[in-house]
Amino acid sequence: MSGVRVLVGTRKGAFVLSSDGKREKWDVSGPHFPGWEIYHLKGSPADQDRLYASQSTGWFGQLIQRSDDGGATWEPVGNDFSYQGETGTHQWYDGTPHPWEFARVWHLEPSLDDPDIVYAGVEDAGLFRSDDGGKNWQELPGLRGHKSGPSWQPGAGGMCLHTIILDPSSPGRMFTAISAAGAFRSDDAGQTWRPVNQGLRSEGIPDAGAEVGHCVHRIAMHPSRPSVLYMQKHWDVMRSDDAGESWHEISGDLPTDFGFPIDVHAHEPETVYVVPITSDSHHFPPEGKLRVYRSRTGGDEWEPLTRGLPQEHCYVNVLRDAMAVDSLDSCGIYFGTTGGQVYASSDAGDSWAPIVRDLPAVLSVEAQTLP
Amino acid sequence: MTGAADVIRVTLPAHLRTLARVHGEVELQVSGQVTQCAVLDALEARYPMLCGTIRDQRTGKRRAFIRFFACEQDLSHERPDAPLPEAVAVGAEPYLIVGAMAGG
Repeated sequence: MSGVRVLVGTRKGAFVLSSDGKREKWDVSGPHFPGWEIYHLKGSPADQDRLYASQSTGWFGQLIQRSDDGGATWEPVGNDFSYQGETGTHQWYDGTPHPWEFARVWHLEPSLDDPDIVYAGVEDAGLFRSDDGGKNWQELPGLRGHKSGPSWQPGAGGMCLHTIILDPSSPGRMFTAISAAGAFRSDDAGQTWRPVNQGLRSEGIPDAGAEVGHCVHRIAMHPSRPSVLYMQKHWDVMRSDDAGESWHEISGDLPTDFGFPIDVHAHEPETVYVVPITSDSHHFPPEGKLRVYRSRTGGDEWEPLTRGLPQEHCYVNVLRDAMAVDSLDSCGIYFGTTGGQVYASSDAGDSWAPIVRDLPAVLSVEAQTLP
Repeated sequence: MTGAADVIRVTLPAHLRTLARVHGEVELQVSGQVTQCAVLDALEARYPMLCGTIRDQRTGKRRAFIRFFACEQDLSHERPDAPLPEAVAVGAEPYLIVGAMAGG
């Protein structure tokens, strides 16, 4: 019988939540790596039992853990993330040049077809790749070395590369997003990159329509239609119909267009989900009501999804990597909060129930659909 | 100064004991002069999963929130190639690798 495995990274460890296809009863495994920050963990699309996890603390730095048995056991692999070539500088908060310094891995993106190939998006913003299951990491320096690199600035959360999207129809095409530089595209497997931010407008930067400098929070793509991208920006929900060449706003009737995660229904490329957050100074849902908003029209027209979610006194946040979908016939959706809840919907968002309520603050959620 | 046969006792912080899958003190053989660098070289050779968790893998610089104590002294700011106290070198006292008190 088919099933689902939900991988949850938190401020104090990782958890693996498992269920059969009904998604009514859940087994909770964890905490794995208790006491460590787990920014992200993700499974290989080519091997459901191959998982990668980013484990870090301010004391002991960065580790990468790998599981070959679906999260039952883990082994530390390589953790040398050395920038290639000239280190160079980016812009610091005070406007002065600041050398690139590795801080942590924000996101791990396994290859679509080879479980030993995995990409890592890091802070300070850079893209690394391993071809041997995480033992060794090499930077793809063309991104950080883009001519705009010296002008990139960190956002409040650090200058992080948090989104990596691999185009399933065009093996050389990749997208990344960096706070606060913007979205970038490669058409040669990550060797060279160019900014793809035309149409974004960010009032928080001197030139609202600049080529780089935008605080992109998250980008999502449906694998069947890889030229369509959805973006949750610092403010504004955006859409591109030409693989990032241009963007237009689809915030429409959302109560606020600030937020972090964005995701797409597994079977309906025009069905999109966001979690509106009050503002950049109030990182909690409007009116204390936790509402996922769904658009079935590819944006502009949004409906609140509230059944089973707290509709009073709720002041949690949902971070950029903390929403995921499964691909069972009735699409499941999952998100985690900074209050430690992981909510699940097995009916495409119509109704919700918590799988767990009292985890540490959730940093990331990924879903694996098991045969 | 000590001979190559002496056993150096090293105490790790709890998270690194878990990572290295050890309990209690670690005992290491260090050849040549017993220095911070030599002890960490031997530690990382025995437990490669600790590489990068105590000092930078490329520069060898101590991580900011790691401290080295021994014989009731803070040796964190000593040169990595400075000889450690005789009591550590002969195994009478442990070399303490400590996570600095901070955070929550």
